[in-house]
Amino acid sequence: MSFSILLYISLSIFVLGLIYKISTWFSQKIGISAKDITTSQRVFASVKGILGVVLSRRIMVLIRVFAVDVLFQYRILKEDFLRWLAHMLIYGGFMLLLLMHALEKIITVNLFSDYYSTINPFFFLRDLFGLMVIGGICIALYRRFILKVPRLRTNRMDIYAIIILGVIMLSGIFLEGAKIISYSEYQNMVEDYSDSSDEKDLKALESLWVKEFGVVSPRVKGPFDEEIIERGRELHEMSCAACHSSPKWAFTGYAAGKLLKPGAYMLDNAGGVNFLWYLHILACFVGLAYLPFSKMFHIIASPISLLANSVMDSKSASANVATRQVMELDACTHCGTCSLYCSAMMAYEALGNEFILPSEKMNALKKMVRGKALNKKELKAVEDGVFLCTNCDRCTVVCPSGINLRELWIGVREDLVQKGVPEPLMLSPFSFVRGLNRIKLTETDYLKPLEEARRSVAGAFDALINPANPISFNGGGKEKAVAGDTTFSYCFGCQNCTSVCPVVRAYENPQEALGLLPHQIMCCLGMGLSEMASGSGMIWNCLTCYQCQEHCPQNVAVTELLYQLKNSAFRASGN
Amino acid sequence: MEYGLFLGCQIPARVNQYELSARAVLSRLGVKLVDIRQFNCCGYPMRNSDQKAYLLSAVRNLALAEKEDLDLLVLCKCCYGSLKAAQHLMKEEGETQREVKEMLDDMGLRYEGKKNIRHILSVLYHEIGADALKSQISRKYKDLKIATHYGCHALRPSKVTEFDDPVSPSLFDELVNLTGAKSVDWSSKLECCGAPLMGINDKVSMDLTRMKIEAGKKAEADFFATACPYCQLQFDTVQETMVTDRQIDDCLASILYPQLLGICMGIEEEALGIKMNQIDISDIKSFLSKE
Repeated sequence: MSFSILLYISLSIFVLGLIYKISTWFSQKIGISAKDITTSQRVFASVKGILGVVLSRRIMVLIRVFAVDVLFQYRILKEDFLRWLAHMLIYGGFMLLLLMHALEKIITVNLFSDYYSTINPFFFLRDLFGLMVIGGICIALYRRFILKVPRLRTNRMDIYAIIILGVIMLSGIFLEGAKIISYSEYQNMVEDYSDSSDEKDLKALESLWVKEFGVVSPRVKGPFDEEIIERGRELHEMSCAACHSSPKWAFTGYAAGKLLKPGAYMLDNAGGVNFLWYLHILACFVGLAYLPFSKMFHIIASPISLLANSVMDSKSASANVATRQVMELDACTHCGTCSLYCSAMMAYEALGNEFILPSEKMNALKKMVRGKALNKKELKAVEDGVFLCTNCDRCTVVCPSGINLRELWIGVREDLVQKGVPEPLMLSPFSFVRGLNRIKLTETDYLKPLEEARRSVAGAFDALINPANPISFNGGGKEKAVAGDTTFSYCFGCQNCTSVCPVVRAYENPQEALGLLPHQIMCCLGMGLSEMASGSGMIWNCLTCYQCQEHCPQNVAVTELLYQLKNSAFRASGN
Repeated sequence: MEYGLFLGCQIPARVNQYELSARAVLSRLGVKLVDIRQFNCCGYPMRNSDQKAYLLSAVRNLALAEKEDLDLLVLCKCCYGSLKAAQHLMKEEGETQREVKEMLDDMGLRYEGKKNIRHILSVLYHEIGADALKSQISRKYKDLKIATHYGCHALRPSKVTEFDDPVSPSLFDELVNLTGAKSVDWSSKLECCGAPLMGINDKVSMDLTRMKIEAGKKAEADFFATACPYCQLQFDTVQETMVTDRQIDDCLASILYPQLLGICMGIEEEALGIKMNQIDISDIKSFLSKE
């Protein structure tokens, strides 16, 4: 009774959770792609899109991707055999256990008329499948904690998933072990199924079960007389053999039974079998109810991501892109493959901002899409992380769930610079791809964040904002000399750098547009006015083409010095 | 001849035809390319914001190449410049250098500066050489005028990049002339393409590009020739948007050098990704001489 109640409770939480999660795919918004699209438009577009694919020849693509990437998981195999093995063992073993063991009354019984969980091959297979899952979990733990795959980070969701799976598997095995050795279980079976009530006969049968089936009996103990065992075997053949293979076939449960043997009576008297049964089904039901909200939801979302991305392209309806991008957050398994190959990985190693790593950005996005407000520091870190991306697309190429991370980053980056804090990194070549895509934005949306970024780094020096203010030459005060290159001290003011600069040449009135020009910046540095130099707009408009440096008669490393000024301005903006 | 191929970030994502054509041409010339999947960004975009992130990025790649005992063959000039500058910086002793070495050590890597960094044009010119190239060319171009574009980060700072004479380079022109095409003399061949400011100051970026298009046309060039994904994106993708925006009336298409060379070596158009350029360059074949 309590089994059905628990089952129905967890099943309804699972179903409601599933409905809720799928509804969020259509209602939540991430990035700019979803900005002006309503939920109903998204639902309608997705139905249209799905029908359009299913009723066309593109269904062949779906079938192929389902076989190759969803079932066989070729995308994981391609990247890492060990990980593929771990995942195949867990997913294969668990699916088979689910079908054969958990759903035995619905599936197995109907397929095999002679099915009993305690006879072979089912008896053996159940343990084999269980061992597969445990083997997979062990490999997963080994990769995470001993092999230490670079930048593979473990978060709460990963731990929960491993714990739930581990408790289900271990409680199952120990339940089996406890049942094998349990005397009360044995007695119940004898009462129900024995054809003989003769005390001698029952003792003979019990002797056989103690000797060969692992039961721990308070009544009989070995060594046994060969005759008694033979009599026991006759009775066994008559009453038990039809439903019981040797427990040694259930090798994991049998081994667990051996472990429990010393405490067998205590365990049996304390209702150990019952306790383990509850633990086992509770773990299963918690896993089921929690599934839509856990990492395990990828069982549903990852295949959908793989299938959707195989038939979607740059021409797909933006309503469907909006839906897909929210769904993709659920499809992410936090496996870290993206971060293993991320081109910007060394920026993470040097700067320590975890949001540079794609797999960690996904976690932040999951929070943001649920409407959880990040504090200002987190938001800045996420924004920096999203911007410190070289747009090499490697994450998208390697993602085992087929997530189109490339488009996700572009959308999220735009959303953050429109709404977030000013982002000085916009004034570096990290903006190149945004520039290439500028026609997708209105002019105001495109220029406004750039202006804000410029203002955020230009405000450092009053005299530059208002040229009417006099410049004070108290170089020894709060001004700090630029660390590193000091070749500016060789500058004799010939202005070669400024006259060969293509940016200076591009303006009719360069000083108005750029602030201090290259030779003036060198001069500033010479006078110890590094803060003033780093406030100049010129440094953010430097092409780094090295014309100035190449043509300096005094070997002043002009371009390198501009790099240094930018570096210190970035550092200052981070504080 | 064997090299570790350094593709960088732009080529695999946006200028695939450069990789395709470079592989096709180099394999025909007997150069073996080894792919090292662990390579990361060359550090170029990080150089503006953080010296340590830049240096660590660049030097890790160099250390990976050393581990495989390979010289690097680089296709992108910004990657080339960035890696060369890092190599140069690592010769000095400083706090950042020490930190970088320590971090590499933690990753099980070691940098000693033993291996060379070569740009594809240098390899073609110096290592393979004109004679070997000529022997592979089956049909030369006739009446084809090319505006070669050197790319800043290969040329300058010349003491660091060691690519060619920074004031009057000739390497690229000679490579173009080998194909029978004529490298024209044009006014801004050593100037920046504008790409480093794309996304930051688009106006200046596109002004520079427009100036180049005008200068190239004035010199009666039929195509730009580039050997850098940034220059190529600027002259191809960006130029195309400039035409759409009506900022310019008529465009000057840009061809990547391995594409130009591949065609006259008789390599299939598809293997050179000729159709992958945004601005159509398929009429390049019409310049092949009849013999």
